[in-house]
Amino acid sequence: MNRIQEAFAEGKAFIPFITCGDPDLETTGRIVRAAAEAGADLIELGIPFSDPTAEGPVIMEADERALKAGTTTEKIFELVRELRQDITIPLVFMTYANVVFSGGTENFMKKAAEAGIDGLILPDVPFEERMEFEEPAEKYGLHLISMIAPTSASRTAMIAKEAKGFIYIVSSLGVTGVRSKITTDLSSLIGIVRENTDVPCAVGFGISNPEQAKEMASLSDGAIVGSAIVRLIAEKGKDAPEAVSAFVREMADAVHGI
Amino acid sequence: MTKRGRFGIHGGQYIPETLMNAVNELEEAYEKQKNDPEFCRELEELFNEYAGRPSRLYYARRMTEDLGGAKIYLKREDLNHTGAHKINNVLGQALLAKKMGKTRLIAETGAGQHGVATATAAALFGMECVVFMGKEDIERQALNVYKMKLLGADVVSVDTGTGTLKDAVSQAMREWTTRIDDTHYCLGSVMGPHPFPTIVRDFQAVISKEIRKQMLEKEGRLPDAVIACVGGGSNAIGSFYDFIPDQEVELIGCEAAGRGIDTFETAATINTGRPGIFHGMKSYFCQDEAGQIAPVYSISAGLDYPGVGPEHAWLYDIGRARYEAVTDEEAVTAFEYVSRTEGIIPAIESSHALAYAVKYAKELPKDKIIVVTVSGRGDKDCVSVARYRGKEISE
Repeated sequence: MNRIQEAFAEGKAFIPFITCGDPDLETTGRIVRAAAEAGADLIELGIPFSDPTAEGPVIMEADERALKAGTTTEKIFELVRELRQDITIPLVFMTYANVVFSGGTENFMKKAAEAGIDGLILPDVPFEERMEFEEPAEKYGLHLISMIAPTSASRTAMIAKEAKGFIYIVSSLGVTGVRSKITTDLSSLIGIVRENTDVPCAVGFGISNPEQAKEMASLSDGAIVGSAIVRLIAEKGKDAPEAVSAFVREMADAVHGI
Repeated sequence: MTKRGRFGIHGGQYIPETLMNAVNELEEAYEKQKNDPEFCRELEELFNEYAGRPSRLYYARRMTEDLGGAKIYLKREDLNHTGAHKINNVLGQALLAKKMGKTRLIAETGAGQHGVATATAAALFGMECVVFMGKEDIERQALNVYKMKLLGADVVSVDTGTGTLKDAVSQAMREWTTRIDDTHYCLGSVMGPHPFPTIVRDFQAVISKEIRKQMLEKEGRLPDAVIACVGGGSNAIGSFYDFIPDQEVELIGCEAAGRGIDTFETAATINTGRPGIFHGMKSYFCQDEAGQIAPVYSISAGLDYPGVGPEHAWLYDIGRARYEAVTDEEAVTAFEYVSRTEGIIPAIESSHALAYAVKYAKELPKDKIIVVTVSGRGDKDCVSVARYRGKEISE
């Protein structure tokens, strides 16, 4: 069994995203432990990319800082191996196709699985291109997470049917980043997903406070929060673990209380 | 093309799910329109009456005599309206966007040529226009920024990453995910996700169709070589396309080597890069060992891009075209040489192709014929070439 299922086994899941290496990998390790301890059910670990075309300014700048600090994919594999000594919740990578493809897709999947990763999210790999990544991922027991957007329309059922692990529902148009309001008709979108699969789905993009998290998680199986956490880390730097812990606790409690 | 949107292993659609329906709709609309007699007639009229096509195929007698080798013809895309080949693609895409009911064009630009062309088409079609341009490029190309604004476009400064063309492309893609309904992304080169490399190539293929016809009229035979500069590669694929089945016609792309392909200050993607996935496509990219996209450099803002169109990557893989690297110094020398010898000031981008042509013509016997595409005019480059030669002038 892939660990990802466990995240959704006991109710709604809270899923934080953390950019690896911002401000440095040692701090990232402490942030991950703090988030897990505070109630995160699954953690997305961002491998920074030089040109993240699906990200808004907050995560874009975090990627830039992380790369400047000398973060590499190899060092992130090391961090994950070290985290796996005590972290038992599922961990998935979020990065871009070239980071995986560049050094050989199969090689990447093998190393990620050996380090203790459970799946990966590649925002620039849509349904049409997924086989190239999914086959090698599954070979090593990793799930390639599918994304569904408000513009997916007639594609929703097709994507849901093939989904593994969990489905990442993109809440609204545009790139990642905090939004004051999410206006997409998510309940009908999620209705179509439910008709086509038993794989759980979580909503991300734009969620920044407990009310939004609660609302999104009650429509689906979980809430994903990225930019709000990355912004907190940008503000607090090496002192971020404490602040992230408090934030994750508040958000996770809101989601788990549904 | 082996399968939908693929050129060998290259091409594809590596973009966020949010954009998939938009590119599918674009493909559907294009497939419908491209063979529609009304669409073809309208486009031809725009090409001929507005852009000034067909562009001349000019026999460069003085260059030919001076170099003493192959006969040189210049395909004068610099004589098009807005001064470059970019207008061919933009008129096609704007007309397609109009047929799709779109009312807003967004575009990326490096030196500003594609931005000016898009702003021009938007003005002509009465559409809204937003152009994304790197902060560095805005500072270097003040005249083109002014032109775009004069034509009614908004110019958005992009200060992420290196503040150049690749960042402008990324930002235009981000903007497109935010607003799709009324907006067409008018991509400027044969790159990005399918169907863009095919659409842009088809609109630029008018260059090679004209070369064939003009060459048959003038010489009664096909040329021995066609030479064009390659950044993303739209003028080159346009110059090559009709000749791809004619194995006897050598196809030569000229990449910007910057300060040299053995330095880090280069933009010669095929010569120095390796396969990767970026900006919606699989192709060759300048990147580090971990797959991070490398900062690139060339004196030419139009060739200053870390990737290359997927069809070029494929033509290289199968050996149908070869790709030569040309340095800043060689391009500037050709810029000066062609100005002095033919009274034609070529764009610094085109000067890369001309530099290689000068070298290659000398190696060939007099009965050989080469065609060089002068993709644009060089007025915009006078300031930077003067600076390169140590002279500060202002516009």
